[in-house]
Amino acid sequence: MSAVAILKLTEPPAMVEPAVVKSGAVNRVPTVTVAAAPVSHHEAAERLRDVMRFVIPPLFGVALMIGIWALVAIKSGNIPGPDKTWAAARVLFADPFYQNGPNDQGIGWNVLSSLKRVGIGFGFAALVGIPMGFLLGRFAFMNRMFEPIISLLRPVSPLAWLPIGLLVFQKADPAATWTIFICSIWPMILNTAQGVQRVPQDYLNVARVLGLSEAKVMTRILFPAVLPYMLTGIRLSIGTAWLVIVAAEMLTGGVGIGFWVWDEWNNLKVEHIVIAIFVIGIVGLVLETMLLMLAKRFSYESR
Amino acid sequence: MTSKPIVKIENVGQTFSTKSGKFTALRGITLDVSEGEVVTLIGHSGCGKSTLLNLIAGLSLPTSGVLLCDGREIAGPGPERAVVFQNHSLLPWMTCFENVMLAVERVFGRKEGMPKLKARVAAALEMVHMDHAMHKYPHEISGGMKQRVGIARAFAMEPKILLMDEPFGALDALTRAALQDELNGVMAKTGATVVMVTHDVDEAVLLSDRIVMMTNGPAATIGEIVEVKLDRPRERLALAHDTRFADYRATVFEFLYRKQLKKAA
Repeated sequence: MSAVAILKLTEPPAMVEPAVVKSGAVNRVPTVTVAAAPVSHHEAAERLRDVMRFVIPPLFGVALMIGIWALVAIKSGNIPGPDKTWAAARVLFADPFYQNGPNDQGIGWNVLSSLKRVGIGFGFAALVGIPMGFLLGRFAFMNRMFEPIISLLRPVSPLAWLPIGLLVFQKADPAATWTIFICSIWPMILNTAQGVQRVPQDYLNVARVLGLSEAKVMTRILFPAVLPYMLTGIRLSIGTAWLVIVAAEMLTGGVGIGFWVWDEWNNLKVEHIVIAIFVIGIVGLVLETMLLMLAKRFSYESR
Repeated sequence: MTSKPIVKIENVGQTFSTKSGKFTALRGITLDVSEGEVVTLIGHSGCGKSTLLNLIAGLSLPTSGVLLCDGREIAGPGPERAVVFQNHSLLPWMTCFENVMLAVERVFGRKEGMPKLKARVAAALEMVHMDHAMHKYPHEISGGMKQRVGIARAFAMEPKILLMDEPFGALDALTRAALQDELNGVMAKTGATVVMVTHDVDEAVLLSDRIVMMTNGPAATIGEIVEVKLDRPRERLALAHDTRFADYRATVFEFLYRKQLKKAA
């Protein structure tokens, strides 16, 4: 009896509060306009403050960047200013998917083929790296066995692997993908392993007390517990992969945003290079944001 | 209480090897827990009461002596010895319902169909008055409510014995009292056999048939055992004025604070 009473006493506050606010809001609307005016005034002020806080500063930042850019362009003479770049961009994005033979394609194709390379290289890295991370996290022996190898290879610039890729695959395209594979795999292995090591002992004890089968432990406990760490690994991997692909493509050629940058340098279309910098930045931002949203979806407040 | 022992603990000791050599946590523990009995283990922190509970749960194995559950040696954890953990240990990616279902499925999944399993889960959650929040995630409910779900999960397995490791230790006093009363009700209804670790003297007297008082570690063992002969059902308010309640309380306090007072504490 008293248990229920106390429960009822302790639980509601969270529910009561919004109700009060809501009823207040309902009351406000039908009252006389004189009374409503200061309220809407207040709300407007609030909104203005939000705009000041969250919209104005980034706008200032962008304006500052464009300003400095324009100044540098005027001073140097050979760097295209914002106006020239904008004009070039309008022409370029009017038809992003044209195709004039293998060395002259729209910027859309270039971005897509870069993304494809990143996707394939990253996909293989995930296929190898995530199970490997699970093994390393679960078995201390494996962890100690691979630790020196990983510590040795991880700091190596992925581009150093490119010649090895060229040698093995004899072709530029798989070599670039191989480079992406190598740079993507480390964060995935390390983060997954860390996630597995950090699965709270309590959860594993629950599994032990219930006597869950290995498969159930894997799917119901280990995998969901490790997922947030895995997603962090994936995010870091994709970020690095997107950094590396530009450089790799500059070296290998073909179709791709990195190659395109180099090609436009050879054509001395500097405004296109500036556009490419923006495009690379925006694509990277979109990838990062998408993965952050995904990670948010799967993060559980555990306490 | 009936005399049939569910758990027999015979001369059990537990030694851990640490960096600074061997550390004896428990020695010479002998204790029988009968069917339908509620036993609490009480003692100062570090006296190995949780260690003993883990031994009964099978989460760790003794270095000497033997533990039997229902006549068989305890060689590991199992669903017939359900555990309610101190920090509820609900899986955060599952709703309350799914958390209980995980346990129910494991124990009854082979014999019963889905509708029956669902009914079991619902009944367990209803028993602890959590049916209104069945489909909420653990982070959406309060600490007391989480522990209710933890208790429901354990009861839903219909274990031979229920092991509770300071189940209300992390809760505020009012919530704790509410849950104690509720647990008393549920234990009466189900006739469950319970071993519970606590450091709350009132809780021990209120809930148990026997209070096992442990000496201070290292090498802790059973100091005294008090049999609590208060009638059930026990009413918190009525007991507050009961001199026998006060006497039992005094006995435990006497043991804890005169005979086993920690020097450094």
